[in-house]
Amino acid sequence: MFPNVDWQIMMEQTWETLYMTLVAGVATFVIGLALGLILYITNESLLLKNRPIYVFVSAIVNVFRSIPFIILIILLIPFTLFLLGTMLGSTAALPALIIGAAPFYARMVELALREVDRGVIEAAESMGATKWQIIYKVLIPEALPALVSGITVTIVAIVGYTAMAGVVGGGGLGNLAYLEGFQRSQNDVTFVATVLILLIVFVIQFIGDRLVTTIDKRSA
Amino acid sequence: MIQLRNVAKWFDTKNGRVQAVDDVSLTIDRGEIFGIIGYSGAGKSTLIRLLNRLESPSSGEIEVAGSELTKLSPKELRGVRKNVSMVFQHFNLLWSRTVAENISFPLELIGVPASERKRRVQELIELVGLAGREDSYPSQLSGGQKQRVGIARALATNPEVLLCDEATSALDPKTTDSILELLVSINKKLGLTIVLITHEMHVIQKICHRVAVMESGKVVETGQVSDVFQHPEQPITKEFVKQIGAVDDLSLTFEHLKERYPSGQIVKLKFLNETAEQPILSDVLKTHQIGFNIIGGNVTQSQVGALGTLFIQLIGEANEIDRAITSIRSQSVEVEVESDVS
Repeated sequence: MFPNVDWQIMMEQTWETLYMTLVAGVATFVIGLALGLILYITNESLLLKNRPIYVFVSAIVNVFRSIPFIILIILLIPFTLFLLGTMLGSTAALPALIIGAAPFYARMVELALREVDRGVIEAAESMGATKWQIIYKVLIPEALPALVSGITVTIVAIVGYTAMAGVVGGGGLGNLAYLEGFQRSQNDVTFVATVLILLIVFVIQFIGDRLVTTIDKRSA
Repeated sequence: MIQLRNVAKWFDTKNGRVQAVDDVSLTIDRGEIFGIIGYSGAGKSTLIRLLNRLESPSSGEIEVAGSELTKLSPKELRGVRKNVSMVFQHFNLLWSRTVAENISFPLELIGVPASERKRRVQELIELVGLAGREDSYPSQLSGGQKQRVGIARALATNPEVLLCDEATSALDPKTTDSILELLVSINKKLGLTIVLITHEMHVIQKICHRVAVMESGKVVETGQVSDVFQHPEQPITKEFVKQIGAVDDLSLTFEHLKERYPSGQIVKLKFLNETAEQPILSDVLKTHQIGFNIIGGNVTQSQVGALGTLFIQLIGEANEIDRAITSIRSQSVEVEVESDVS
Protein backbone atom coordinates (compact mmCIF):
# COMPACT_ATOMS: atom_id res chain seq x y z
CA MET A 1 0.00 0.00 0.00
CA PHE A 2 2.86 2.39 0.79
CA PRO A 3 5.63 1.01 -1.47
CA ASN A 4 8.31 3.47 -0.42
CA VAL A 5 7.71 3.36 3.31
CA ASP A 6 10.37 1.62 5.34
CA TRP A 7 8.42 0.96 8.56
CA GLN A 8 11.58 0.32 10.55
CA ILE A 9 12.87 3.81 9.75
CA MET A 10 9.40 5.32 10.15
CA MET A 11 9.16 3.97 13.71
CA GLU A 12 12.69 5.12 14.56
CA GLN A 13 11.88 8.62 13.38
CA THR A 14 8.59 8.59 15.30
CA TRP A 15 10.59 7.91 18.45
CA GLU A 16 12.98 10.71 17.52
CA THR A 17 10.04 13.10 17.23
CA LEU A 18 8.60 11.91 20.53
CA TYR A 19 12.02 12.24 22.18
CA MET A 20 12.47 15.83 21.00
CA THR A 21 8.91 16.76 21.92
CA LEU A 22 9.09 15.28 25.39
CA VAL A 23 12.51 16.58 26.39
CA ALA A 24 11.82 20.02 24.95
CA GLY A 25 8.33 19.93 26.51
CA VAL A 26 9.63 19.22 30.01
CA ALA A 27 12.39 21.84 29.74
CA THR A 28 9.92 24.36 28.33
CA PHE A 29 7.53 23.70 31.20
CA VAL A 30 10.23 24.33 33.82
CA ILE A 31 11.84 27.36 32.15
CA GLY A 32 8.54 28.83 30.98
CA LEU A 33 7.00 28.44 34.44
CA ALA A 34 10.00 30.17 36.03
CA LEU A 35 9.95 33.03 33.51
CA GLY A 36 6.17 33.35 33.76
CA LEU A 37 6.37 33.50 37.56
CA ILE A 38 9.05 36.19 37.35
CA LEU A 39 6.88 38.17 34.93
CA TYR A 40 3.84 37.88 37.19
CA ILE A 41 5.56 38.49 40.51
CA THR A 42 7.53 41.51 39.34
CA ASN A 43 4.36 43.09 37.96
CA GLU A 44 2.12 42.48 40.99
CA SER A 45 2.04 45.04 43.78
CA LEU A 46 0.89 42.40 46.31
CA LEU A 47 4.10 40.43 45.73
CA LEU A 48 7.46 41.79 44.60
CA LYS A 49 6.70 44.48 42.07
CA ASN A 50 9.89 45.49 40.33
CA ARG A 51 9.49 47.48 37.15
CA PRO A 52 13.08 47.17 35.79
CA ILE A 53 13.19 43.38 36.15
CA TYR A 54 9.74 43.07 34.61
CA VAL A 55 10.63 45.23 31.62
CA PHE A 56 13.91 43.37 31.10
CA VAL A 57 12.44 39.83 31.23
CA SER A 58 9.42 40.92 29.25
CA ALA A 59 11.63 42.32 26.48
CA ILE A 60 13.67 39.12 26.20
CA VAL A 61 10.51 37.00 26.11
CA ASN A 62 9.00 39.22 23.42
CA VAL A 63 12.10 39.11 21.24
CA PHE A 64 12.43 35.33 21.28
CA ARG A 65 8.70 34.84 20.88
CA SER A 66 8.65 37.06 17.81
CA ILE A 67 11.49 35.47 15.81
CA PRO A 68 10.02 32.95 13.33
CA PHE A 69 11.13 29.51 14.46
CA ILE A 70 12.87 28.54 11.23
CA ILE A 71 15.02 31.67 11.48
CA LEU A 72 15.65 31.11 15.19
CA ILE A 73 17.16 27.68 14.44
CA ILE A 74 19.56 29.21 11.93
CA LEU A 75 20.47 32.04 14.28
CA LEU A 76 21.16 29.54 17.04
CA ILE A 77 23.50 27.32 14.98
CA PRO A 78 26.70 28.81 16.50
CA PHE A 79 25.20 28.44 20.00
CA THR A 80 24.21 24.81 19.33
CA LEU A 81 27.65 24.02 17.91
CA PHE A 82 29.28 25.56 20.97
CA LEU A 83 27.00 23.64 23.31
CA LEU A 84 26.85 20.20 21.63
CA GLY A 85 29.60 20.23 18.98
CA THR A 86 27.14 19.37 16.24
CA MET A 87 24.05 20.78 14.58
CA LEU A 88 22.75 17.46 13.27
CA GLY A 89 20.39 15.01 14.91
CA SER A 90 17.55 15.23 17.36
CA THR A 91 19.53 16.34 20.41
CA ALA A 92 20.97 19.23 18.41
CA ALA A 93 17.43 20.45 17.78
CA LEU A 94 16.68 20.74 21.52
CA PRO A 95 18.27 24.14 22.32
CA ALA A 96 16.34 25.81 19.51
CA LEU A 97 13.10 24.05 20.46
CA ILE A 98 13.41 25.09 24.09
CA ILE A 99 14.48 28.67 23.37
CA GLY A 100 11.64 28.96 20.86
CA ALA A 101 8.92 27.46 23.05
CA ALA A 102 9.79 28.62 26.60
CA PRO A 103 9.03 32.33 26.02
CA PHE A 104 5.75 31.35 24.37
CA TYR A 105 4.80 29.32 27.43
CA ALA A 106 6.09 32.03 29.80
CA ARG A 107 3.44 34.44 28.46
CA MET A 108 0.77 31.79 28.94
CA VAL A 109 1.93 31.25 32.52
CA GLU A 110 1.80 34.99 33.17
CA LEU A 111 -1.76 35.16 31.83
CA ALA A 112 -2.80 32.08 33.82
CA LEU A 113 -1.46 33.59 37.05
CA ARG A 114 -3.16 36.91 36.37
CA GLU A 115 -6.46 35.06 36.24
CA VAL A 116 -6.03 34.06 39.89
CA ASP A 117 -8.38 36.18 41.99
CA ARG A 118 -6.41 38.91 43.77
CA GLY A 119 -8.82 38.57 46.67
CA VAL A 120 -7.54 35.06 47.31
CA ILE A 121 -3.95 36.29 47.35
CA GLU A 122 -4.97 39.02 49.77
CA ALA A 123 -6.77 36.48 51.94
CA ALA A 124 -3.59 34.42 52.14
CA GLU A 125 -1.66 37.57 53.00
CA SER A 126 -4.16 38.44 55.72
CA MET A 127 -3.50 34.99 57.26
CA GLY A 128 0.20 35.72 57.48
CA ALA A 129 1.41 33.77 54.44
CA THR A 130 4.92 34.51 53.22
CA LYS A 131 5.45 35.50 49.58
CA TRP A 132 6.86 32.06 48.86
CA GLN A 133 3.85 30.36 50.48
CA ILE A 134 1.57 32.52 48.35
CA ILE A 135 3.38 31.32 45.23
CA TYR A 136 3.38 27.59 45.87
CA LYS A 137 0.26 27.20 47.99
CA VAL A 138 -2.03 29.70 46.26
CA LEU A 139 -0.88 30.88 42.86
CA ILE A 140 0.26 27.62 41.29
CA PRO A 141 -2.57 25.38 42.58
CA GLU A 142 -5.21 27.98 41.70
CA ALA A 143 -3.79 28.50 38.20
CA LEU A 144 -3.10 24.81 37.56
CA PRO A 145 -5.82 24.09 34.99
CA ALA A 146 -4.71 27.06 32.89
CA LEU A 147 -1.04 26.07 33.34
CA VAL A 148 -1.82 22.56 32.09
CA SER A 149 -3.91 23.64 29.11
CA GLY A 150 -1.14 26.13 28.30
CA ILE A 151 1.56 23.47 28.29
CA THR A 152 -0.66 21.25 26.12
CA VAL A 153 -0.95 23.98 23.48
CA THR A 154 2.80 24.63 23.78
CA ILE A 155 3.74 20.96 23.34
CA VAL A 156 1.52 20.72 20.26
CA ALA A 157 3.40 23.73 18.90
CA ILE A 158 6.70 21.98 19.75
CA VAL A 159 5.65 19.00 17.58
CA GLY A 160 5.28 21.46 14.72
CA TYR A 161 8.68 22.99 15.54
CA THR A 162 10.36 19.54 15.46
CA ALA A 163 9.20 19.12 11.86
CA MET A 164 10.80 22.46 10.94
CA ALA A 165 13.94 21.52 12.82
CA GLY A 166 13.99 18.34 10.73
CA VAL A 167 14.41 20.37 7.57
CA VAL A 168 17.65 21.95 8.79
CA GLY A 169 19.27 18.82 10.15
CA GLY A 170 17.26 17.75 13.19
CA GLY A 171 15.90 14.21 13.21
CA GLY A 172 12.35 12.93 13.40
CA LEU A 173 9.33 12.63 11.16
CA GLY A 174 9.73 16.13 9.73
CA ASN A 175 13.23 15.30 8.58
CA LEU A 176 12.01 12.03 7.05
CA ALA A 177 9.10 13.68 5.27
CA TYR A 178 11.40 16.36 3.86
CA LEU A 179 14.37 14.22 2.77
CA GLU A 180 12.65 10.96 1.77
CA GLY A 181 9.20 12.27 0.93
CA PHE A 182 9.68 15.67 -0.64
CA GLN A 183 13.17 15.60 -2.10
CA ARG A 184 12.77 12.10 -3.54
CA SER A 185 9.13 12.62 -4.55
CA GLN A 186 7.85 9.73 -2.45
CA ASN A 187 4.44 11.09 -1.56
CA ASP A 188 3.45 8.00 0.42
CA VAL A 189 6.28 8.65 2.88
CA THR A 190 5.14 12.25 3.40
CA PHE A 191 1.60 11.02 3.86
CA VAL A 192 2.44 8.39 6.48
CA ALA A 193 4.72 10.83 8.35
CA THR A 194 1.90 13.37 8.41
CA VAL A 195 -0.59 10.85 9.76
CA LEU A 196 1.85 9.88 12.52
CA ILE A 197 2.42 13.52 13.48
CA LEU A 198 -1.33 14.10 13.60
CA LEU A 199 -1.70 11.07 15.83
CA ILE A 200 0.95 12.36 18.22
CA VAL A 201 -0.81 15.74 18.39
CA PHE A 202 -4.21 14.16 19.02
CA VAL A 203 -2.86 12.01 21.84
CA ILE A 204 -1.15 15.00 23.48
CA GLN A 205 -4.30 17.11 23.22
CA PHE A 206 -6.42 14.27 24.60
CA ILE A 207 -4.18 13.75 27.62
CA GLY A 208 -4.02 17.50 28.25
CA ASP A 209 -7.80 17.91 28.09
CA ARG A 210 -8.39 14.97 30.41
CA LEU A 211 -5.92 16.35 32.95
CA VAL A 212 -7.57 19.77 32.92
CA THR A 213 -11.02 18.25 33.46
CA THR A 214 -9.74 16.28 36.42
CA ILE A 215 -8.05 19.16 38.21
CA ASP A 216 -10.50 21.95 37.40
CA LYS A 217 -12.86 22.31 40.37
CA ARG A 218 -14.21 25.70 39.43
CA SER A 219 -17.56 24.49 38.12
CA ALA A 220 -19.79 22.26 40.18
CA MET B 1 -8.27 45.75 72.11
CA ILE B 2 -7.97 48.04 69.13
CA GLN B 3 -6.97 51.64 69.27
CA LEU B 4 -6.63 54.09 66.41
CA ARG B 5 -5.02 57.44 67.05
CA ASN B 6 -5.36 60.15 64.39
CA VAL B 7 -5.13 57.63 61.60
CA ALA B 8 -5.10 58.89 58.03
CA LYS B 9 -4.64 57.12 54.76
CA TRP B 10 -4.37 58.74 51.37
CA PHE B 11 -3.67 57.41 47.93
CA ASP B 12 -1.77 59.41 45.36
CA THR B 13 -3.37 58.77 42.00
CA LYS B 14 -3.05 60.32 38.55
CA ASN B 15 -6.01 62.53 39.37
CA GLY B 16 -4.44 63.81 42.57
CA ARG B 17 -4.57 62.76 46.17
CA VAL B 18 -7.51 60.74 47.44
CA GLN B 19 -8.10 60.97 51.18
CA ALA B 20 -9.64 57.60 52.03
CA VAL B 21 -9.36 57.82 55.82
CA ASP B 22 -9.17 61.22 57.45
CA ASP B 23 -7.96 61.65 61.03
CA VAL B 24 -9.83 58.76 62.61
CA SER B 25 -9.49 57.97 66.31
CA LEU B 26 -11.39 55.01 67.70
CA THR B 27 -11.23 52.59 70.59
CA ILE B 28 -12.72 49.13 70.23
CA ASP B 29 -13.05 47.09 73.42
CA ARG B 30 -12.25 43.45 73.94
CA GLY B 31 -15.20 41.15 73.27
CA GLU B 32 -17.48 43.67 71.62
CA ILE B 33 -19.05 43.61 68.18
CA PHE B 34 -18.18 46.95 66.67
CA GLY B 35 -19.86 48.06 63.46
CA ILE B 36 -18.65 50.65 61.00
CA ILE B 37 -21.30 51.85 58.59
CA GLY B 38 -21.01 54.10 55.59
CA TYR B 39 -21.86 54.32 51.92
CA SER B 40 -19.40 52.97 49.39
CA GLY B 41 -16.48 55.33 49.07
CA ALA B 42 -16.79 56.47 52.68
CA GLY B 43 -13.44 54.87 53.49
CA LYS B 44 -14.71 52.06 55.70
CA SER B 45 -13.10 49.34 53.58
CA THR B 46 -9.73 51.09 53.75
CA LEU B 47 -10.18 51.58 57.49
CA ILE B 48 -10.76 47.89 58.21
CA ARG B 49 -7.84 46.92 55.96
CA LEU B 50 -5.62 49.14 58.08
CA LEU B 51 -6.41 46.94 61.07
CA ASN B 52 -4.45 43.98 59.69
CA ARG B 53 -2.19 46.19 57.62
CA LEU B 54 -3.37 45.05 54.23
CA GLU B 55 -3.02 48.82 53.90
CA SER B 56 -0.44 50.86 55.79
CA PRO B 57 -1.56 54.12 57.32
CA SER B 58 -0.13 57.35 55.86
CA SER B 59 -0.07 58.81 59.35
CA GLY B 60 -1.25 58.00 62.85
CA GLU B 61 -0.95 54.98 65.11
CA ILE B 62 -2.84 51.71 65.16
CA GLU B 63 -2.63 49.37 68.10
CA VAL B 64 -4.21 45.93 67.75
CA ALA B 65 -4.08 43.33 70.54
CA GLY B 66 -1.13 45.06 72.14
CA SER B 67 0.98 45.49 68.99
CA GLU B 68 1.69 48.81 67.36
CA LEU B 69 1.09 47.79 63.75
CA THR B 70 3.20 50.45 62.10
CA LYS B 71 6.32 49.41 63.99
CA LEU B 72 6.35 45.70 63.12
CA SER B 73 8.89 43.84 61.03
CA PRO B 74 7.42 41.68 58.23
CA LYS B 75 7.89 38.62 60.40
CA GLU B 76 6.22 40.16 63.45
CA LEU B 77 3.40 41.36 61.22
CA ARG B 78 2.76 37.80 60.01
CA GLY B 79 2.53 36.76 63.65
CA VAL B 80 -0.03 39.45 64.43
CA ARG B 81 -2.06 38.48 61.37
CA LYS B 82 -2.61 35.01 62.80
CA ASN B 83 -4.30 36.74 65.71
CA VAL B 84 -6.38 39.11 63.58
CA SER B 85 -8.39 37.19 61.00
CA MET B 86 -10.46 38.54 58.18
CA VAL B 87 -13.69 37.47 56.49
CA PHE B 88 -14.35 38.82 53.01
CA GLN B 89 -17.38 39.93 51.02
CA HIS B 90 -16.55 37.59 48.14
CA PHE B 91 -15.35 34.80 50.46
CA ASN B 92 -11.95 34.50 48.72
CA LEU B 93 -11.77 30.75 49.12
CA LEU B 94 -9.30 28.65 47.17
CA TRP B 95 -11.48 26.90 44.63
CA SER B 96 -8.84 24.21 44.10
CA ARG B 97 -9.23 23.05 47.71
CA THR B 98 -12.11 21.27 49.42
CA VAL B 99 -13.97 22.79 52.37
CA ALA B 100 -11.72 20.93 54.84
CA GLU B 101 -8.55 21.88 52.94
CA ASN B 102 -9.61 25.53 52.83
CA ILE B 103 -10.14 25.61 56.58
CA SER B 104 -6.84 23.82 57.06
CA PHE B 105 -4.99 26.39 54.92
CA PRO B 106 -4.04 28.93 57.63
CA LEU B 107 -2.88 26.06 59.84
CA GLU B 108 -0.62 24.74 57.07
CA LEU B 109 0.90 28.20 56.78
CA ILE B 110 2.14 28.07 60.35
CA GLY B 111 3.22 24.43 60.14
CA VAL B 112 0.65 22.76 62.41
CA PRO B 113 1.10 18.94 62.16
CA ALA B 114 -1.38 17.10 59.95
CA SER B 115 -3.11 15.14 62.72
CA GLU B 116 -3.76 18.26 64.77
CA ARG B 117 -4.94 20.13 61.67
CA LYS B 118 -7.46 17.40 61.00
CA ARG B 119 -8.85 17.56 64.52
CA ARG B 120 -9.09 21.34 64.50
CA VAL B 121 -10.74 21.41 61.05
CA GLN B 122 -13.39 18.94 62.24
CA GLU B 123 -14.11 21.13 65.28
CA LEU B 124 -14.51 24.20 63.11
CA ILE B 125 -16.74 22.41 60.60
CA GLU B 126 -19.06 21.50 63.47
CA LEU B 127 -18.91 25.03 64.87
CA VAL B 128 -20.04 26.68 61.63
CA GLY B 129 -22.59 23.98 60.83
CA LEU B 130 -21.03 22.44 57.73
CA ALA B 131 -20.81 18.82 58.88
CA GLY B 132 -21.03 16.48 55.89
CA ARG B 133 -19.67 19.05 53.43
CA GLU B 134 -15.98 18.55 54.29
CA ASP B 135 -15.06 17.15 50.89
CA SER B 136 -17.13 19.50 48.75
CA TYR B 137 -15.41 22.12 46.63
CA PRO B 138 -16.40 25.79 47.03
CA SER B 139 -18.08 25.74 43.59
CA GLN B 140 -20.54 23.18 44.95
CA LEU B 141 -21.62 25.40 47.86
CA SER B 142 -24.19 28.18 48.17
CA GLY B 143 -23.10 31.71 49.07
CA GLY B 144 -24.02 31.25 52.73
CA GLN B 145 -22.11 27.99 52.97
CA LYS B 146 -19.08 29.61 51.32
CA GLN B 147 -19.15 32.35 53.94
CA ARG B 148 -19.34 29.72 56.68
CA VAL B 149 -16.17 28.21 55.26
CA GLY B 150 -14.65 31.71 55.21
CA ILE B 151 -15.55 32.17 58.88
CA ALA B 152 -14.25 28.72 59.88
CA ARG B 153 -11.01 29.43 58.04
CA ALA B 154 -10.69 32.76 59.83
CA LEU B 155 -11.18 31.08 63.20
CA ALA B 156 -8.71 28.26 62.57
CA THR B 157 -5.75 29.99 64.22
CA ASN B 158 -7.76 30.97 67.33
CA PRO B 159 -7.59 34.69 66.69
CA GLU B 160 -8.61 37.34 69.22
CA VAL B 161 -10.00 39.69 66.58
CA LEU B 162 -12.22 38.95 63.61
CA LEU B 163 -12.50 41.59 60.88
CA CYS B 164 -15.55 41.28 58.63
CA ASP B 165 -15.22 43.18 55.37
CA GLU B 166 -18.82 43.42 54.09
CA ALA B 167 -19.16 39.77 55.04
CA THR B 168 -22.89 39.62 54.30
CA SER B 169 -23.19 42.10 51.44
CA ALA B 170 -23.11 39.41 48.76
CA LEU B 171 -25.79 37.32 50.47
CA ASP B 172 -29.58 37.36 50.35
CA PRO B 173 -31.46 38.66 53.44
CA LYS B 174 -32.25 35.23 54.88
CA THR B 175 -28.69 33.96 54.51
CA THR B 176 -27.43 37.28 55.89
CA ASP B 177 -29.42 36.68 59.07
CA SER B 178 -28.07 33.16 59.51
CA ILE B 179 -24.48 34.38 59.06
CA LEU B 180 -25.11 37.23 61.53
CA GLU B 181 -26.45 34.74 64.06
CA LEU B 182 -23.32 32.66 63.57
CA LEU B 183 -21.16 35.74 64.24
CA VAL B 184 -23.08 36.51 67.44
CA SER B 185 -22.72 32.94 68.69
CA ILE B 186 -18.99 32.98 67.95
CA ASN B 187 -18.67 36.30 69.73
CA LYS B 188 -20.37 34.87 72.81
CA LYS B 189 -18.80 31.41 72.73
CA LEU B 190 -15.22 32.44 72.01
CA GLY B 191 -15.22 35.96 73.44
CA LEU B 192 -13.94 37.19 70.11
CA THR B 193 -13.75 40.89 69.31
CA ILE B 194 -15.54 41.46 66.00
CA VAL B 195 -15.14 44.54 63.82
CA LEU B 196 -17.45 44.64 60.85
CA ILE B 197 -18.10 47.10 58.10
CA THR B 198 -21.34 47.29 56.20
CA HIS B 199 -23.64 49.63 54.33
CA GLU B 200 -26.72 47.99 55.79
CA MET B 201 -28.17 49.42 59.00
CA HIS B 202 -29.96 46.12 59.46
CA VAL B 203 -26.63 44.40 60.13
CA ILE B 204 -25.63 47.01 62.72
CA GLN B 205 -28.97 46.93 64.47
CA LYS B 206 -29.05 43.16 64.57
CA ILE B 207 -25.67 42.30 66.06
CA CYS B 208 -23.51 45.29 66.96
CA HIS B 209 -22.95 46.71 70.42
CA ARG B 210 -21.41 49.94 69.23
CA VAL B 211 -21.34 51.66 65.89
CA ALA B 212 -19.27 54.26 64.09
CA VAL B 213 -20.73 56.13 61.13
CA MET B 214 -18.31 57.09 58.39
CA GLU B 215 -18.62 59.75 55.74
CA SER B 216 -15.87 60.99 53.39
CA GLY B 217 -13.12 59.31 55.37
CA LYS B 218 -14.16 60.67 58.75
CA VAL B 219 -15.99 59.04 61.63
CA VAL B 220 -18.88 61.47 62.09
CA GLU B 221 -20.73 59.70 64.89
CA THR B 222 -19.99 56.89 67.35
CA GLY B 223 -21.91 55.37 70.21
CA GLN B 224 -24.02 52.56 71.56
CA VAL B 225 -26.27 51.19 68.83
CA SER B 226 -29.41 51.97 70.85
CA ASP B 227 -28.40 55.60 71.37
CA VAL B 228 -27.45 56.15 67.77
CA PHE B 229 -30.72 54.61 66.65
CA GLN B 230 -32.92 56.70 68.87
CA HIS B 231 -30.99 59.95 68.65
CA PRO B 232 -29.10 60.10 65.38
CA GLU B 233 -27.31 63.42 65.22
CA GLN B 234 -25.74 63.63 61.80
CA PRO B 235 -27.87 63.79 58.64
CA ILE B 236 -26.14 60.69 57.26
CA THR B 237 -26.90 58.74 60.44
CA LYS B 238 -30.55 59.75 60.17
CA GLU B 239 -30.58 58.39 56.64
CA PHE B 240 -29.21 55.07 57.79
CA VAL B 241 -31.69 54.87 60.64
CA LYS B 242 -34.51 55.47 58.17
CA GLN B 243 -33.37 52.40 56.22
CA ILE B 244 -34.73 50.31 59.03
CA GLY B 245 -38.01 52.01 59.79
CA ALA B 246 -39.24 53.04 56.36
CA VAL B 247 -40.56 56.02 58.30
CA ASP B 248 -40.51 58.30 55.27
CA ASP B 249 -43.37 56.58 53.58
CA LEU B 250 -45.71 57.43 56.41
CA SER B 251 -46.12 61.13 55.66
CA LEU B 252 -48.81 60.47 53.09
CA THR B 253 -50.74 58.40 55.59
CA PHE B 254 -50.65 61.26 58.11
CA GLU B 255 -52.27 63.64 55.64
CA HIS B 256 -54.81 61.06 54.77
CA LEU B 257 -55.65 60.20 58.35
CA LYS B 258 -55.87 63.84 59.36
CA GLU B 259 -58.56 64.34 56.78
CA ARG B 260 -60.48 61.34 57.98
CA TYR B 261 -60.03 62.00 61.70
CA PRO B 262 -59.68 65.77 62.10
CA SER B 263 -60.13 65.44 65.85
CA GLY B 264 -57.29 63.01 66.20
CA GLN B 265 -53.79 63.68 67.45
CA ILE B 266 -50.98 61.83 65.69
CA VAL B 267 -48.04 61.04 67.96
CA LYS B 268 -44.73 59.27 67.51
CA LEU B 269 -43.59 57.05 70.35
CA LYS B 270 -40.00 55.99 70.78
CA PHE B 271 -39.40 52.95 72.89
CA LEU B 272 -35.97 52.30 74.33
CA ASN B 273 -34.74 48.89 75.38
CA GLU B 274 -36.70 47.47 78.29
CA THR B 275 -39.69 49.81 77.92
CA ALA B 276 -40.58 48.14 74.66
CA GLU B 277 -41.33 44.98 76.54
CA GLN B 278 -43.84 46.52 78.95
CA PRO B 279 -47.52 46.97 78.18
CA ILE B 280 -47.32 50.79 78.51
CA LEU B 281 -49.82 51.59 75.81
CA SER B 282 -52.56 49.32 77.04
CA ASP B 283 -52.05 50.57 80.62
CA VAL B 284 -52.46 54.19 79.51
CA LEU B 285 -55.45 53.46 77.33
CA LYS B 286 -57.18 51.67 80.18
CA THR B 287 -56.91 54.70 82.46
CA HIS B 288 -57.83 57.37 79.89
CA GLN B 289 -60.99 57.67 77.86
CA ILE B 290 -59.44 57.61 74.41
CA GLY B 291 -59.26 55.35 71.42
CA PHE B 292 -56.29 54.82 69.16
CA ASN B 293 -55.38 53.88 65.69
CA ILE B 294 -52.02 52.36 64.78
CA ILE B 295 -50.66 54.07 61.70
CA GLY B 296 -47.33 52.39 61.40
CA GLY B 297 -44.19 51.59 63.19
CA ASN B 298 -41.38 49.28 63.77
CA VAL B 299 -40.11 47.49 66.81
CA THR B 300 -36.94 45.52 66.28
CA GLN B 301 -34.52 43.46 68.31
CA SER B 302 -30.96 44.60 68.71
CA GLN B 303 -28.03 43.29 70.70
CA VAL B 304 -29.01 45.53 73.63
CA GLY B 305 -32.74 44.79 73.59
CA ALA B 306 -35.81 45.98 71.76
CA LEU B 307 -35.87 49.28 69.92
CA GLY B 308 -39.03 50.71 68.54
CA THR B 309 -40.81 53.60 66.95
CA LEU B 310 -44.59 53.62 66.75
CA PHE B 311 -46.91 56.10 65.09
CA ILE B 312 -50.38 56.18 66.54
CA GLN B 313 -53.39 58.40 66.32
CA LEU B 314 -55.12 59.17 69.57
CA ILE B 315 -58.83 59.82 69.26
CA GLY B 316 -60.84 61.49 71.97
CA GLU B 317 -61.17 64.78 73.82
CA ALA B 318 -58.22 67.12 73.58
CA ASN B 319 -57.64 67.30 77.39
CA GLU B 320 -57.85 63.57 77.72
CA ILE B 321 -55.32 63.12 74.92
CA ASP B 322 -52.95 65.60 76.59
CA ARG B 323 -53.21 63.74 79.88
CA ALA B 324 -52.61 60.43 78.11
CA ILE B 325 -49.48 61.84 76.43
CA THR B 326 -48.20 63.09 79.77
CA SER B 327 -48.66 59.72 81.38
CA ILE B 328 -46.93 57.93 78.48
CA ARG B 329 -44.03 60.37 78.88
CA SER B 330 -43.82 59.50 82.55
CA GLN B 331 -43.10 55.90 81.54
CA SER B 332 -39.82 57.03 79.95
CA VAL B 333 -41.18 56.69 76.47
CA GLU B 334 -40.38 59.61 74.23
CA VAL B 335 -43.38 61.20 72.61
CA GLU B 336 -43.29 63.50 69.64
CA VAL B 337 -46.54 65.12 68.65
CA GLU B 338 -46.52 64.51 64.97
CA SER B 339 -48.74 67.44 63.93
CA ASP B 340 -46.15 69.81 65.40
CA VAL B 341 -43.31 68.04 63.68
CA SER B 342 -44.64 67.64 60.17
